[in-house]
Amino acid sequence: MTQVLDLFLSAILVGGGIFAIVGSYGLLRLPRPMQRLHAPTKATTIGVGAALLASSLGGLPLTGTVSIQEWLITLFLLLTAPISALFLAKTLILRGEADPNLPDSGTGSPWATLGEERPDP
Amino acid sequence: MILPYALIFFLSSIALALVLNLVRLFTAPTVTDRILTLDTMTVNAIALVVAYGIWAGTGLYLEVAVIFALTGFVGTVAYCKFLLRGSIIE
Amino acid sequence: MRRLFPHPYLTLTLIVLWFLLVNQWKLGSLVMAAFLGTAIPLLTSAWWPDRARVKHPLGLAAYSALVLWDVIVANFQVARIVLFMPRDRIQSNWITIPLDLRSPEAISLLAGTITMTPGTLTSDMSACGRALLVHALHAPDPDAVRDEIKARYEARLKRIFE
Repeated sequence: MTQVLDLFLSAILVGGGIFAIVGSYGLLRLPRPMQRLHAPTKATTIGVGAALLASSLGGLPLTGTVSIQEWLITLFLLLTAPISALFLAKTLILRGEADPNLPDSGTGSPWATLGEERPDP
Repeated sequence: MILPYALIFFLSSIALALVLNLVRLFTAPTVTDRILTLDTMTVNAIALVVAYGIWAGTGLYLEVAVIFALTGFVGTVAYCKFLLRGSIIE
Repeated sequence: MRRLFPHPYLTLTLIVLWFLLVNQWKLGSLVMAAFLGTAIPLLTSAWWPDRARVKHPLGLAAYSALVLWDVIVANFQVARIVLFMPRDRIQSNWITIPLDLRSPEAISLLAGTITMTPGTLTSDMSACGRALLVHALHAPDPDAVRDEIKARYEARLKRIFE
């Protein structure tokens, strides 16, 4: 049983490490700003998730308990990654660094980032 | 027991990822890219801290990871809010 | 009851969060968790007058499992595109998704789901809140992506929330 857990956690850690590299490499390699947003938000989150899962289950053979504090961090990262990505995308759209040919919203009103009057800075 | 070797691999890949992030941070074409890179670096740093916690065999480092996650998220949102609205707290 | 617990889901979430944070099963933690779970919703209720309405809480659990699975699959797809696809062959596209959902909680869940799943990223919302702007990393056929999101995620969320 300990052997199986050992193998399982090792596989998770190796996979997570590879995903972490892929996320950061994608940030360097992808040519356009909006594309660069895709790689880190997904791949890096999985990389951290792997470390947290290994940490949560790592004490199982020694103490017989599963540490649950890691799940708080995982949950928090899974909830905040989309919000950071949305803010970054809105920033790109507002500054005109995203691909400029935005489609029509189809509802008669403009996209929220571009349409509304902004207060003077 | 191959877990220690997997852990070493994980720590080195996170280190490599952080080096790639540093390269991007210095060559980033736009401000938004730099914010995105900093956000990625925070998440990678959390992974590094948690993995070191496994290595050291203590749960103490998790508290560090929690605080990193909180401040990293607030930091990213604050940078973006500043670029979007010209002020952070309205 | 309603006066004491204006947001029952928030109370429950706070209790679970406190236990995750202290990482121990002790009676003292339960007392502290119950105190925080009562005090925080009461003190903040002035800024949050409506309550979130969830029709099928169990459906939400099934939905989370589906999304978690999709997140893992999404990572393999994105990794393949990042590593092996030639730079000029990546066809990124904007996609407009008209929304049938009206509840704000359901829309924010849908937006988060889109960001975490295969090669799509929620970028903006229309000013009236009836459409989402989605960026797809590699989508030769944008309409298919739109239909899949509407069928796979939005339909389920509509059943859970409305």
